[in-house]
Amino acid sequence: MCLSVPAELISISGEDPLSRTGKVSFGGVIKEISLAYVPEARVGNYVLVHVGFAISVIDGEEARFVFDFLRQTAEANSGKELG
Amino acid sequence: MLRYIDEYRDPELALGYAREIAAVTTRHWKIMEACGGQTHSIVKYGIDRLLPTGITLVHGPGCPVCVTPISLIDSAIELAARPEVTFCTFGDMLRVPGSRKDLMTVKAEGGDVRVVYSPLDALRLAENLPHREVVFFAVGFETTAPANAMAAYQARRKKIRNFSLLVSQVLVPPALEAVLSSPLHEINGFLAPGHACTISGYEDYEALARKFRVPLVVTGFEPGDILHGLLMCILQLESGRAEVENQYTRSVQREGNREARAMLAEVFEIAPRVWRGLGKIEASGLRLSAAYSELDAEKRFGLSPESAEEKSACISGLILQGIRKPVECPEFGKGCRPERPLGATMVSSEGACSAYYRYRRLEATDELPRT
Amino acid sequence: MNSREPEGASCGLPHELPEKILLAHGGGGRLMQQLIRGAFSENFHNSYLSTEHDSAVLPAPSGRLAFTTDTYVVKPIFFPGGDIGRLSVFGTVNDLAMSGARPLYLSTGMILEEGFPLESLQRIARSMREAADLCGVQIVTGDTKVVEHGKGDGIFINTAGVGVIEHSLNIQPSSLAEGDAVLLTGDLGRHGIAIMAAREGLEFETTIESDCAPLAAMVLDLLDACVELHCLRDLTRGGLASALNEIAAKASRAIVIEEMQIPVRTEVRGACEMLGLDPLYVANEGRMVAILPAKEASRALEILRRHESGKEAVLIGKVEAKPASRVVLRNAIGVTRYLDLLSGEQMPRIC
Repeated sequence: MCLSVPAELISISGEDPLSRTGKVSFGGVIKEISLAYVPEARVGNYVLVHVGFAISVIDGEEARFVFDFLRQTAEANSGKELG
Repeated sequence: MLRYIDEYRDPELALGYAREIAAVTTRHWKIMEACGGQTHSIVKYGIDRLLPTGITLVHGPGCPVCVTPISLIDSAIELAARPEVTFCTFGDMLRVPGSRKDLMTVKAEGGDVRVVYSPLDALRLAENLPHREVVFFAVGFETTAPANAMAAYQARRKKIRNFSLLVSQVLVPPALEAVLSSPLHEINGFLAPGHACTISGYEDYEALARKFRVPLVVTGFEPGDILHGLLMCILQLESGRAEVENQYTRSVQREGNREARAMLAEVFEIAPRVWRGLGKIEASGLRLSAAYSELDAEKRFGLSPESAEEKSACISGLILQGIRKPVECPEFGKGCRPERPLGATMVSSEGACSAYYRYRRLEATDELPRT
Repeated sequence: MNSREPEGASCGLPHELPEKILLAHGGGGRLMQQLIRGAFSENFHNSYLSTEHDSAVLPAPSGRLAFTTDTYVVKPIFFPGGDIGRLSVFGTVNDLAMSGARPLYLSTGMILEEGFPLESLQRIARSMREAADLCGVQIVTGDTKVVEHGKGDGIFINTAGVGVIEHSLNIQPSSLAEGDAVLLTGDLGRHGIAIMAAREGLEFETTIESDCAPLAAMVLDLLDACVELHCLRDLTRGGLASALNEIAAKASRAIVIEEMQIPVRTEVRGACEMLGLDPLYVANEGRMVAILPAKEASRALEILRRHESGKEAVLIGKVEAKPASRVVLRNAIGVTRYLDLLSGEQMPRIC
């Protein structure tokens, strides 16, 4: 649901997974948030932030899906037009 | 440039998808976007303006602010007015009308109402104000539930006695099932909410696809995502498929977020919930589990919410089910405006009515400025 | 430098200035004199103030007078890029500048809450002096009252300003003409975000500072160059969207703007995304829109860009006949929509 915003994870503090926090950067604006739900997150990852919690780590590979799908569909369709 | 945001707002991407959608659409289709955040995006960016006339977008019940029942708003107002209570809420809830007033009015009348960014901010307030009873209005769908759960979990672990939650947690799949079960609906396919699915995964949606034979595409929120999701949905419709697909792969996995789901299982249990505009839906929400029930504000303060009637002119129930559009409501823009709303869909920042009101595109009668 | 004088031992007054404002400081007696000397004299001194009359007697300028007042209640009173004092001077100077007046004199009335730290008051007074010097205005008269603890929220400042109009233009919305260009002097949202960052509860770190700045010099330069100005409006609460809506409504014309032309810094965008705010509605304190004939636009931009707070000045849109009284935004995709007034303040949201 709603308003979850990608931000870069720039530092992590704490050892205990449930109370681990991190500083994230929204275009240079820094906020400290909970990393309890992304134990796999590492500095340099981009995370999706909702109400002060990271809820997922953004998959850089999958991030291209939106662009790849369009390109493939357009190629397939233009192929049909020509063929 | 804001990474992972601006790329998906690229006009060329949007126009590219618009072309492909036009190329593949041969029939009329009605598609519902479940989440209010998607509605907001569609209306703000004018995505429906880019679609061929055969595609109608219908706005769904995915606005937790809109669907919180009036009786719960009234309970919130009652609590916030108590002199010993510090009432914490997300900003979205401040102007949602209850039976007689809203939380903003209570604040103006002297109630200690605080807007918080995170549930943990409310918990911190409770730690810093040991002589106050701090109540947090735990509103949300699956996306927000783990954050709300964490506040409860930490309150119990740290034995913070002056903290409680007024819970208004709802789940999306039962709401979609209720929409699909209505004989009035004409929806052919859905965009499922990408952030809620980031938490819950989309296994529950597969049962819906099978039962009702509709495609559901888990979709993100930027214009590129929504158009991508629409294309995927239309491709399914055009080829007669009815499956769950994932557009929002950069964030959503089928099993969702394991740690978040574990916390939800620890703190909450499934319960029936009354939805403003839709009525009572079984197994459609969350309540605090037995171990956490002492954190339940309704219990702690002995509230017994009376069911309250919506002002009769408000048709938000029909709007939340996609049966009517905001502009079809006789009160839209007249007796019902954001500053004097009749129902929640007008005041919530992502309610369909407020999205239409705020981002109203020029009507056909207005002359569009020439470029 | 300090302005303390040795007190006679018999009257029992403290040798040092108190740390906090007392009710008696507003009483008009010795303690009030002490306050004036301790907090104000160092900063507010000119020939008008030193006469210490009830009213400042000023030379009558030749030309029409512009007169304005505003009251400042901003919290927190000290924020990145400024404070309530600086704001109270620039804000009123800017209001005068919006009618094309040369700002001359300000008055200031302060309401202090009992217990307000004297050191803060000194800082604010110093800030007002510096701001006044920057704008070339004099603070010629003032008043201070003290209210009981709990009745005043620290400090409220009212400033009223007088300026002289040396041009013969009619700078107001009714002067808008179809085809006019709409210029914006710089990027949006810095003040609102800086304030939010400094407020309790939201707690984010940012290097964003308020864009609090005077606009009079830019306006006077435009007038000196004989640019035909139709309307000026400084952006404050409610941001660009509110200012444009007010103008469009009063002018009964449409203002159409291009979203892609509107400058917003990445950090401001980041903060807005995080909180769910729209930069077009976020407060500014050092930005204005200037509406003028299209043929004057490039000359005006060149003049604006010579100034520090106008160096990012840009053409953002134009005036049309229809839809009358509305503001229309064209986005990057080419879709147009209304940019309406909000019903209240923007709130951070989760949905």
